[in-house]
Formats: sequence, C-alpha cells, structure tokens
Amino acid sequence: MTLLETAVSADVRSQKPAARSGVWAWLRRSRWVTAGLILLGIFVVIAIFGSTIAPDDPSAIGLQSLAPPSAHHLLGTTQTGQDVLSQLLIGAQSTLLIGFMTGLIATALSVIVGVSAGYFGGNGGELLSLLSNIFLVIPGLPLLIVLASYVPHASWWVFALVLSLVGWAWGARVLRAQTLAFRQQDFVQAAKAAGESNWRIIMYEILPNEVAIVATSFVFTVVYAIGFYVALCFLGLGNINTWSWGTMLYYAQSNQAITSGAWWWYVPPGIAVALLILGLVMLNFGIDEFINPRLRAAGLTRRDLRMASKQQGITPVLGTRPVPSLAFTQYTATTTNGRRPR
Amino acid sequence: MIYLARRFGFYVVTAWAAITINFFIPRLMPGNPVELLLSRLSQAGPVTPGMRNALAVAFGLNTHSSLLTQYFQYWGQLFHGNLGTSITYYPSSVASVIASALPWTIGLVGTATVIAFVLGTVIGTIAAWRRGSFLDVALPATAFLQALPYFWVGLVAIELFSIKLGWFPLSGGYDAGLSTNLSGAFLGSASVHALLPAFTVVITSMAGWMVGQRNVMITTLDQDYVLVAQAKGVSQRRVMISYAARNAILPNFASFAQALGFVVSGALLVELVFSYPGIGYVLLNAVNNEDFPMMEAIFLIIVLAVLAANFIADLVYVVLDPRARQEA
Repeated sequence: MTLLETAVSADVRSQKPAARSGVWAWLRRSRWVTAGLILLGIFVVIAIFGSTIAPDDPSAIGLQSLAPPSAHHLLGTTQTGQDVLSQLLIGAQSTLLIGFMTGLIATALSVIVGVSAGYFGGNGGELLSLLSNIFLVIPGLPLLIVLASYVPHASWWVFALVLSLVGWAWGARVLRAQTLAFRQQDFVQAAKAAGESNWRIIMYEILPNEVAIVATSFVFTVVYAIGFYVALCFLGLGNINTWSWGTMLYYAQSNQAITSGAWWWYVPPGIAVALLILGLVMLNFGIDEFINPRLRAAGLTRRDLRMASKQQGITPVLGTRPVPSLAFTQYTATTTNGRRPR
Repeated sequence: MIYLARRFGFYVVTAWAAITINFFIPRLMPGNPVELLLSRLSQAGPVTPGMRNALAVAFGLNTHSSLLTQYFQYWGQLFHGNLGTSITYYPSSVASVIASALPWTIGLVGTATVIAFVLGTVIGTIAAWRRGSFLDVALPATAFLQALPYFWVGLVAIELFSIKLGWFPLSGGYDAGLSTNLSGAFLGSASVHALLPAFTVVITSMAGWMVGQRNVMITTLDQDYVLVAQAKGVSQRRVMISYAARNAILPNFASFAQALGFVVSGALLVELVFSYPGIGYVLLNAVNNEDFPMMEAIFLIIVLAVLAANFIADLVYVVLDPRARQEA
C-alpha cells in the first residue's frame, strides 16, 4: 500500500497534467481499490498495534485446554491453553512485514533486471530474459523448502531475502516486454535524438509510464510472499520464536486440532490469510482495470452496459476510448442491437 | 517445428540451471551439512562406504578436489540415478522412495490441474460473454477462493466432509488392507481417497484460470473479427466459442507454465494435509528429519516433472496456435 502511494505520487510529479488526474481519479473512484485499501488498512493497524491490543501473552500456557470461544477467550484456546486471538493479532506483524519487504526487494530487482533487459537488449538482455524465464518455470515452494531447511528458524529478513530471490522473475518478464515496446516508440526515440542519457530516458521517460505495471507486480509479489511464507511456517520451517499465522496452523496441525474438532484454532488464521490476500487481489483488480480500460465495464449494471454499448459499438468501454471507425460502429450499433453480448 | 525445438532447448537449459542450483546450495550454505548428515545416517543404520561417498559428492565433503571436479562427479552420480540414501526411509535409496511416490502425485496433480483448467476456462469465457450478470458479482467470491491457502482448504475439507459428514476417508491414498496392484478394489479405493484432495486443488486453482480467461476474453471481444462475425449473423454460440474463446485461450494457455509451478507447490501441501502417499508427504517427512538428500532430489524431480508438463503444454499450444506452427 505504501509503495502504491509513493508510486502514485511519483507518477503525479513526473507525468503530464492530463495523465496525472487520470490515474489519481481512477484510483479514487475504483471500488476495487477502495475496498482493497480498507481491508489492507485494517491489517496494517493490527500489525502495528497487535501486541498492544492482544488480550493475553500469546505464548502463556493456560489451564483451559482446547476451550471453545467464550467471553474470556474470544477465539478459544489451543491445546496448551494459549489464547488464539492473541496469537492471531500478534501473528499479523511478521506475515505483513515479510510480505511487504519481499515485495519491495523483489520489485526493485525486477525493475532493474526487466527494464535494463528490455532497454539495452542485445546478448545481455537475452541472458537476463533467459534468467527470469528459468526462475519462472522452476516451482518456488520446493526450492524455498530446500533453502529454508539449511537456515532453520531464520530471522524475518533472511526470509524476505530468500523469497525475493525466488520471486522477482514475474515482474521482470512483464517489465521487459513493456520496455521493449516503449523502446521503439516516438517519445523514446525523440528523447534519444535530443541527446538525453540512457539513465535519464529510463527514469523520466520509460519508468513513469510503467508505474501501473510496477504496482501490479509489487502487489502480486506481496501475495506470493505471504502465501509462501505461511506455507513455510506451516511446514515448521518458520522462526519458532515469532508468532505468525503459518506457525499457528503448524501447531494446530501437529497437535491434531482437526481430529479433535478445534476449528477455532485453525479456521481464524486461514481466514486472516485469505482476507489479507483478498485485499491485495482487489487492489490488483483495480490497477488491472486502469491498465486495461475494457475490464472496467465489469461490475456495472446491465443497463449501464447496454447504454455504453449503444454508444460505442460491440464492446462497452467506459471512459475515453478512440472509436476506430465511426461509420462501422454506427452500423453495428443498429444491426446487432439486442443480439450482442450484454 | 523450430518453435518446439527452441522450447525444448529452453527446458534443457532450465534443467541444467536447476541441477546447478542444487549443486551449489549445500556448498554456499553456512555450516557443513555432511557431518550432520553422516551422524544422522549412522543413527539410522550402518553407513557403507558407498553411501558415504555418495553424500560426499552430493554435498561437498570432498573438499580436497576442486569445485569443478566435484561438479562433474555430481553430474556423473546423477546420470547413474544415484541420488543418495534417505535418512527418513533408511535404508531405501532416495530414488526408490521417489519412484514409488511420484505416480500418486502425478495422478492427483495432473487430473486436478486439467479439471481446474477446463472448468476455469469455461466459466471465465461465460463470465466475459455475459458481463454485468451474476458471474461478475461472483468475481470477488472467486478471488476469495483464490486467496485461501491450499492446505487450509484441505484442513477445512477434512473437518467438514470426512469428520462431520463422513463422506470421504480421513487420509491416505488407499485402504490399508489392500495391496498396490491394478485390481478393481484397489483402483476404487484409490479414487475415493483422491476425491477430496483433488477437489481441494480444483477449488483453489480454478479461480486463477477463470479470471485470466475472462480478462483476455473481454479484450478479444473488442476485436474487429468478432464484430464482423456478429455483423454477418454468425450464431451467438459460435461467435462466443469459435471466434472469441478460441483466440482468448491462447495467452491463458501460454501462461500455463507459471501457473503450473504454483499449482504443484500448493498440491504438495495438500498431500501433506491428507497424508496422501505422494511426493509432498515424503517431502514433509524429509523436512522434519532434516533429510537433505531427499529434499534436494525432490526439488530436482519436481522441476523435471514441471518441465515435462510444460513441454506437453507447448505441444498442445502448437496445435492450438497456427502462428507457432508457421514460425520458421
């Protein structure tokens, strides 16, 4: 979230006034972005103040073993009588920290690799592209398991580094493709002809136009990092001294919470992971809709869409879309009326 | 066929990279795993010189020889199928343990992936075709499904369908009393045991295909050829399937490679939750016992399996996309 905000503000500084209000207005208007940011905001607050609002010490062993939710323990207790709610609140911190740290490191890596591979091209570019394709095909989790087993119970920044090392490739590939496309376009050629340095062209001409893609790849990487961090902790490879949602699930699974019917032990951490990722995914939907205006039509009422398609031809696109051929559009608007996809 | 040759070349390079990564990981990591491994192996049973040698080559005990020599020895060992001795399943070799676990995983993940891909693509196509219908409202719901951790869905599925309702067996790959052969009783038992894990993988991986297909399809619907098809009065069903979906499926199919890695990773954890006798379950045991030879071998075999699956996907892609065929 923080990166998105800085990304947006960076965009505001560097782009033309028209484009500026476009991004900003869209982000504010999009229901996906609003909903995603609200969900994320809740989790960020929990991550920061979790240890203050937690009712109990999450590791304190109590007398009530596997007590169902009650007024005293809102989410019940574990087998050793620990308070599940406290573990849940405190567990948010490491999960979010590692997720966002990985997002930052991996996105920085993917911007460096992707943009330079696309902009400079040549054998070096091909090699970098090959490297990112290799990392894309190799399944992440088995590699992470091997790496994490060698450094058992590592601190959070080791996890962030390892996850970044495995997860930078997706963003790099997308950014390379986009940079390759930009390299041929007039504004870059013009800047080159004007004698601007490569560094300046990348920073001021190309990157500002890739803000949305960088933001998507950041959010995507955070999703991936959270998912895999939870999985590693679930396997017992996390830091046992830090509470996290994956660690909670690990203890629940290894203490037969499922067969003893203690749903309050393993359901809350799973829901928490899902809600956090859902917030991020909704944010990404919003950014996707910004990149691809055709997707914006989704989620509108049928009537809106029919109105839009009457005006603009077969595919309803809201907002400013260049109409390719007016005569043809009008022709189809009358002939396919009522038979076109809603 | 130049397209396929290039893809094949890429997979060979990737396999080489994975093997090289595997070679360097234990050598770059802090501490000396070989000492630990030898002591653990000797706890499990007598260590023969052959086992000792295999460990040394794989993990770099033999520090007298140069890194390059070690690297070639490592390759030699791989080509002989010698992946070392498992600590967890002593005295079985790593290769034999993997050989008996792999069919389970391939059966489960393969079937579930194909079902999820087909279902996701069909629903995504319809969702794009009928924008503004209930399917768009269902989009956040599918995003939520996608956000759930695979293994957690497995835990809840066990609680609901196995414990509460008793519809499916709790865990395992087949009834304990049966022997693993191709008899009807065994196959029936194996299918019943596979249903719930497969359902878990399908539920969690379907949404990704669906959203992908929907988004590409929406873009495709804006193409002129779709417009022309509608203008000349081609039936709606035909426009949807043969014109729009037929073309929209290509990018979705091309991203199969990346998605497959995630599905395999998720499925490993699902196996673990269900104690399903595949690679994932073996991997968990290996992690718990710090069985490094087993873990590294499983990493390699998963990479190779994913590469093979990708090549099959490329073959299908050549059939689907004439441009890939003509590229020469």
